[in-house]
Amino acid sequence: MEIKPAGKYIYSDIELDREEGQIIEDLKAKSQEPIPDPDRWLDEELEQNILLTTVDALINWGRRSSLWTAICFPACCAFEMIAANGPRFDLARFGMEILRASPRQADLMITAGTLTWKMAPNVRRIYNQMAEPKWVIAMGACAISGGIFASAEYAVVPGYNRIIPVDVYIPGCPPRPEALIYGIQMLQRKIARRKNIDVRKLLER
Amino acid sequence: MTVSLSGKEVARKIEEQFPGSVAESSQDTLVVRADFLLDVARFLRDTEGLELDFLNFVTAVDYYDHFEVVYLLSSMKHNHSLTVKVRRYGRENPVLPSVVGLWQGADFQEREIFDLFGIRFEGHPDMKRIFLWDGFQGYPLRKDFV
Amino acid sequence: MAVKTEPFVLNMGPVHPSTHGVFRMRATLDGEVVVDIEPVFGYLHRGIEKLAEQRTYTGVIPLTDRLDYISSMSNNLAYCLAVEKLAGIKVPERAEYIRVIMAELQRIAALLIAVGAFLNDCGAYFTPFLYMFRERERIVDLFEMASGQRLTYNYMRAGGVSQDLPEEFMPALRKFMDMMPRYMDEYDRLLMQNEILIARAKGVGILTAEQAINCSASGPVLRASGVKWDVRKADPYSIYDHFDFDVPIQQTGDCYDRYRQRVEEMRQSLRIIQQAMEQLPSGPVKAEVPHLIRPPAGEAYARLEAPKGELGFYLVSDNAIAPYRCHIRPPSLINLTALRDMVRGWKVADLIIIFGSIDITVGEIDR
Repeated sequence: MEIKPAGKYIYSDIELDREEGQIIEDLKAKSQEPIPDPDRWLDEELEQNILLTTVDALINWGRRSSLWTAICFPACCAFEMIAANGPRFDLARFGMEILRASPRQADLMITAGTLTWKMAPNVRRIYNQMAEPKWVIAMGACAISGGIFASAEYAVVPGYNRIIPVDVYIPGCPPRPEALIYGIQMLQRKIARRKNIDVRKLLER
Repeated sequence: MTVSLSGKEVARKIEEQFPGSVAESSQDTLVVRADFLLDVARFLRDTEGLELDFLNFVTAVDYYDHFEVVYLLSSMKHNHSLTVKVRRYGRENPVLPSVVGLWQGADFQEREIFDLFGIRFEGHPDMKRIFLWDGFQGYPLRKDFV
Repeated sequence: MAVKTEPFVLNMGPVHPSTHGVFRMRATLDGEVVVDIEPVFGYLHRGIEKLAEQRTYTGVIPLTDRLDYISSMSNNLAYCLAVEKLAGIKVPERAEYIRVIMAELQRIAALLIAVGAFLNDCGAYFTPFLYMFRERERIVDLFEMASGQRLTYNYMRAGGVSQDLPEEFMPALRKFMDMMPRYMDEYDRLLMQNEILIARAKGVGILTAEQAINCSASGPVLRASGVKWDVRKADPYSIYDHFDFDVPIQQTGDCYDRYRQRVEEMRQSLRIIQQAMEQLPSGPVKAEVPHLIRPPAGEAYARLEAPKGELGFYLVSDNAIAPYRCHIRPPSLINLTALRDMVRGWKVADLIIIFGSIDITVGEIDR
């Protein structure tokens, strides 16, 4: 095939662009309310009979000590995250040195950067592709509420919790790597209390 | 030091070649009529002594009754620069000729002006939105955008 | 026998391990050879130009930090130069020297990341990247001493810098300057003549000088193609004419030349910092400027040599406390115009390297 000189693109499908634009408009219309945070685990404190078995403790230890991150770094907070992976603030000591691009192999999504409406369907798709159990950390002011750019409402989503449910919020612009590590430790404490095996259902059988 | 060419001097040279093309000229800038833009641009790029072969930027400004598109041209050889402006009155469907054939660096910048202001450029190979998605209503950087 | 082939479109989506941020490319391939490429951006369009019209002149400075977020000091400085040109503010001498030291340190930090990411794309994975992070952490420590922040500094103001350097800054800077040439020699020994790097990057993605000038490329991309054009020498801003430094250029304009260009620019920056450190005078660090700056009506364009290219701010004012129009000339977006010409005829693996050698930051492209 011969190579043509610069000019119109060989493949530039206006139909595909229109379809993608329609998807974005639909998502924007659907996401007017924030998704409630998954905090049902707070209620379970009050229940009298939660039995966290040894098997549960073992499973939770395994899950929280080797969280693998899915890549979702739009903007500036990404560099603090990479610095947290770097030689000084070492995330590998928490078992998190893997930054896989494939969402199927990941169980944590650290959203580091401003979310725009154009990017939102892609983030939703990556979240859907991650396998259960999965957690989300919203890192930085832009991820919590739109941050310094929240006034540009035509393009910026006011916080990731319009699109995906968020577990831990880390404030800062950008948050220091120490703050990110503190947030990850909070998430690890949350995972430690997770009930995997429902003892009552087992006893009913 | 990059010398900023005097608008009046260059206007005199352009008027000799293309009479009626210069709308106004001052010490700092040169305002050209939209119909003559491509001819004047080619003249600025190719003439001996001017040779403005590097396009620094293309941008647009929204003054309430007209749009103004600003080009900053410089020359690598002579180390001088010139600001050229084009005005488009009226807010409905403004159209201007595109300079992509002369300076390829204007490619993405003209698409950006279309996306954010709504000014179309004729002759651009791929005039479509660049930052916002297809189907977005309105042009954000206009002064009357809600 | 000729085999009939059909073009195939590959979408390298916004989330991809080799792209430098959320950047999408639709590549038309013929087998493995790239025939055409269409970049799609806008996934980080935050409306900075629109937001700048709603904030005061000093309030725009934190917004400019977030443009090219790995070289915030340069962005701040470019904006402050534009405001000073518009309002006619004169900067005291100590502030000028501090600005030069900060800008050149920032250039080294940003070029370290550029080189590290390029080597990551070449296949050396994270090893050189994390080695270069070791130096960047030291530079970021210096910035944290001066401004209190690690990434988005908000340090420059129209008329100078926001606060003076603390006492521990100069000894720490001297220690850094003693150490740094040794590290640069170490990288050169390991990487410059590396067989794999030469095999992957030499002769790949050639950009000729005429193409570069026509595409308005600037910065290391332009200088690696053989054009000797550096804004610090051609149109000196601040006090760059007091310093003695060279402008290196390369001959061919392939990926290896762009890598080499960045390394040599780091060495020249070290020279400038050494001279500025020795000549640093004492005095005020900020001019007497009113809190709400109200420049006279008019327009100004100020540009500087950012680590990625020529960064410029075009400001239009109508005698109000907020800018009427603030346009940012993004070097990454304009350097990308050359991508199509550089990539035709190469394979997909080379596409990644060529794209990495242009060195973009999506925050600057989309603004």
